[in-house]
Parts: sequence; structure tokens; C-alpha cells
Amino acid sequence: MPYSYLEHISDVGIRAEAETLDGAFESGAEAMLNLIFDLSAIAVSEDITFGVEAGDLALTFVEALNEILFIIDRHSLALKGLRSVKIKQTDGGHLFTGTVFGEPFDPEKHTVKTEVKAATYSGLSYKESEGKHVFECVLDV
Amino acid sequence: MVTPVKESAIEVRRITDYTWEIPRTGDMRVPGRLYADKETVRELLMDYEEKRVGGFTPALRQVANVACLPGIVKASLAMADIHPGYGFCIGGVGAFDIEDGVISVAGVGFDINCGVRVLKTPLTKEDIEPIKETLANQLFRDVPSGVGSTGEIRLKEAEIDELLVKGSRFVIERGYGLDEDLEYTEENGAVKDARPENVSHHAKERQFKQVGTLGSGNHYLEVQWVEEIFDEPAARAYGIERGQVLIAIHCGSRALGHQIGTDYLKILEEASRKYGIPIRDRELVCAPINSEEGRKYLTAVNCGINCAFANRQAISHLTRMAFARVTATRPEEIRLLYDVAHNTCKIEDHDINGEVKRVLVHRKGATRAFGPGRKEIPAAYRGVGQPLLVGGTMGTVSYILRGTEKGMEDCFGSAVHGAGRAMSRVQAKRRWRGTDIILELKEKGIIIRSRSKAGVAEEAPGAYKDVDRVVEIMHNAGVNRKVARVRPLVCIKG
Repeated sequence: MPYSYLEHISDVGIRAEAETLDGAFESGAEAMLNLIFDLSAIAVSEDITFGVEAGDLALTFVEALNEILFIIDRHSLALKGLRSVKIKQTDGGHLFTGTVFGEPFDPEKHTVKTEVKAATYSGLSYKESEGKHVFECVLDV
Repeated sequence: MVTPVKESAIEVRRITDYTWEIPRTGDMRVPGRLYADKETVRELLMDYEEKRVGGFTPALRQVANVACLPGIVKASLAMADIHPGYGFCIGGVGAFDIEDGVISVAGVGFDINCGVRVLKTPLTKEDIEPIKETLANQLFRDVPSGVGSTGEIRLKEAEIDELLVKGSRFVIERGYGLDEDLEYTEENGAVKDARPENVSHHAKERQFKQVGTLGSGNHYLEVQWVEEIFDEPAARAYGIERGQVLIAIHCGSRALGHQIGTDYLKILEEASRKYGIPIRDRELVCAPINSEEGRKYLTAVNCGINCAFANRQAISHLTRMAFARVTATRPEEIRLLYDVAHNTCKIEDHDINGEVKRVLVHRKGATRAFGPGRKEIPAAYRGVGQPLLVGGTMGTVSYILRGTEKGMEDCFGSAVHGAGRAMSRVQAKRRWRGTDIILELKEKGIIIRSRSKAGVAEEAPGAYKDVDRVVEIMHNAGVNRKVARVRPLVCIKG
């Protein structure tokens, strides 16, 4: 999945891109999860569908990432990725729904690399050009 | 509304060898002021001109952006550990008039009241040297650390609300500590006006099993010894002497604080538009302190602050018990030196141009550092000023400083919080391997325990600025003064 990390001295920037908007959300989620967990060690036995809403697409991206962080803590899950993303335009902005998947967190099995505290508005952008949807944002780690 | 930033040159003027100013230009309501030496200023200007911070906002621009916010008083300040953060720089301090100023999520950060407390033991370096491996193992077993770690205190939502109001006292009432610990904690372990009803269920749900956990990233528990005393009278007042073993605990409000930041970032983003506040960076969204949104955020931050005090209190208890298991020390013989908060905003009274003014002081990766005589500091320390606990990195030294009158006059009684990063985490992981760092430090007599080898590489000593230099700048500027330097023996990394 196409994503990369951007140099930021105190935190970590992510850049997620895909040919579709849904795909760019999925790339962004994987970029963040790959910072937290060793994704190869996570099997898939559970999934959780969630929704968030925000004023514009970039804010919706941040909301979705932050909700994934909440799900990890609240349900003690090791998450591997995000799928089935749907974005709907609403009166107030954009409604996102998607499904995260993974398995119950087991400290013996799952290597955890970094704690991501939050996705921030810093360096936040969304661009669509030449058939590519690109999100960038800084994660507070 | 986000006002696009014009990429113009920035000027930094020398005031003294250790104090520099960004003169007021354009929309800046006050000047910027930095505690830095010539070399630091040169590096910051290079970051600014060459955009060496990966396209993100350079720290000098962040200082200038904060200077544009409504109601800012005196100056937008940066301590000597300045480096780019989000919205505010790390080491950033901004005080806002309580009547017409604003409150900002970026001025506090997501890890609300990430802070340091230092405990004093009756032991010496010689007592610990022969047992440091055993001690490291015991601490690593007894103090939960790492991503996803959970504590032994499990709380129901009603109890969480009580914890958010009572702070340290909540855990002391449950047997986790001594009553006297409250006297030696900033704000006596609980800020007033904490309103749990303004903290979301989401935030509380993330907290119920995390009390008494260290977390990860740059958080740590360190056993240290006092290598050098610089200020005998202050050291006597603080009850520390050369060779003595101390314990430093660095952690914050964990996921509860992160979620409060996340929730209110969205609320203040809407508030910025509602109140038409011109902002220069999306992360700098804010609300008038006197608005409904502003008041709610402040009372939620207060909950986060209290949660972190309670967390460090619970860890102190686990640490005392671990020491009692492997040394001949009784838990009550391990006394609290002080507990300082890093990421906060607080209502304080300050003398500004000869007039006492009530302001909301944001300290982002900066510490409160009140000078002698302030009623907020413990009676035993009032003659010398508040202790400051400045963490270095795993392999280097840490410092105990004190607040000064000059600090009260110049920077709202504020201080550095640590060494400050010099290299990104990504770069650090490319350059070092965690296992090599652990071996290297072992050769220097420092025992590291961590669940994450990658985390050790990210926090490699070389990835940070030189803490000695950062402390020298503050000491020479006269706003903080050196009391003691300590060296690590054991480090439990989160």
C-alpha cells in the first residue's frame, strides 16, 4: 500500500496516496498502524465498523485516524488495517464509515514499536491531482 | 479562518548572549523571545531558511505565529530546548490575558501534564551498584510500561470522575502513597476547577485500566545518583546530597489526555471559525478563554492534569514497593522531592509592567519554574525557589534546577523541560539499533530495560540536543539556576 513517512524532528509525518479516495484513507490507516505494530505478526479474527464526520476531507482523515487510536485502546486490539471505506457528502461536510480489522492485543505475540498519541492538524493536507488522492499529516508520537 | 503564511525572511536580534528577540512585524501582537546561544540561533535560522524540517513549520515561524494570537501578553517565548512541534514549538510559552485572550490545544499538547517527579532515597550509589541488575528487573516487572500496558487499578466511570477531580489524593486514599506526597506535588496534586462532565466518554473509556502505567515513547523511570552539587543552600533545602540515589518518573495523562486533545481540537476548530479568530496554522485553532468552548476545554485540561498527577503517584507507589523488595529500604523512607508538569495551561497571577495581572499561561514542553517567595511552592523550598527536574536522555545526565526572580520577571516563571530532540525518530532508527544502544550503555554502567528495541533506538542519546548546553543557556540567562547534576544507573524505558 503506498504510503511514506516524512521527516519531522519531534513527531512523524505520514503521506498516504491512492488512486481512489477510499484507498487513500486505507493507506493512511496502514501507515499509522505500521508505526505502532509489527503488522506481519497480526492475524485477523475481529473487525469493528465505525463512522466519523467532519467539515472537510482532511479533517475527516484526522478524525478517522484518531477514532482508530481510540478503538485500539478501548477494545485492546492489535489492528492490521482498514477496509470497506465509504465517504458520503453531507450537509455538514463528509461522513466516513470504514472497518478496521485485527485481533485481541497480546503483549507476548505483538511487537509494539511506537505509541501514537494523536493525529494532528499540523502539516495536514488533502490533494487530488492526476488521478491521485494524497493525504499528509503529522502524528504526535 | 487560516491566514496563509507569507514565506518571508525572519529576523532574530541578539539582546544578550543567551536572550534573543524576533522583532514585532506584520500581524505579531508582541515580539518573540528565545533563550538560546549563538549556535542554537544559527541552527534555527538554517532550519527556517532551508526548510530542513521536511516542509513542516519551522520553530521560529511557530514562535512568530503564536505572537499573532489574540490577547497574548508580553512576548511569545521559547525555552532553550526549542524545536518544531505542532502549532506551538516545543519549549513554547504563551501567556494570554484572561479577559480577551485565547486558549489553544496546541499550547498544551496531547500528552496533558506529561511531567517529571523525583523521589529521594536514603541509599547511595555504592548501595545500588552491586544490585542494579536485580533492581532493574524488579522495577521492570512491577511498573507496567510500553504500548498497550495496563495497570492493576481498574476504575468504573464514576471513580474516574472522582480521580479527575481529586488527582493524586484519589490514589493516596487507596493506599498508593504518603499524605506528604501532596505537599511536594505541583498544585498539591490536583488543580481546581476540573470538570469531568466536560471530558468525553471516549476519553474516560481509554483511561479505566491505564492508571499507574508508564506508557511509551520518551517516557521512563530512571534510578540516578547525584554526581555534582552546584548550589549548596538550594540542595540543602531540597534535601539532596552528592552520591545520593534519586528516582525520576517521566510520564503523563496517557490516553485520557490524548483523547481530550483530540476531542477539543475539533471543537476549537469550529470555535475559531465561529469567533472569527485569525490563525496562521490549522493546528493553532483556539477559542476565547471566556467562551463556552474555551471554558469547557480549560476544565477538561484540568482533568487531564489531575489524571497525570494520579498516574505518577500510582507509579511512585509501585516504585517504592519495588525498592523495598530488593533493598533494605522501607517505602516511607523514599520521599518525594517534587513533581513538575510540562504540558499545561494554567491561570496564574504575574507582575506585568508593575501591575499584577491574571493570565492563562500555556507551557508546551516547558515547565513552571516559580522563583523564591511564591505561595504556590512548598514552604520548605520557598526561600530558594521551586525545584525543576530536567530530564536528559537515557545515557546522559539530568539536572535539578531552581526557579528565580529573573525568571518570574522575564518568562512567567518558566523553564526548559528536557534536552529537546535534535533528530527525527525516523532518522534515529535508521542510524542506530536498539540492541547496540543497550550494550553500549551497559558498558557505561547504565542498565536499560524496555519492551521496544525500536523505541530504544528512537530515544538514542545522540538523537537529542546536548542537555548540558540547554541547561547552561537557561542558567546563564539567569531565568533558571543549576542546583545539581545527576547520572543514570538504571532506566526503565516506556
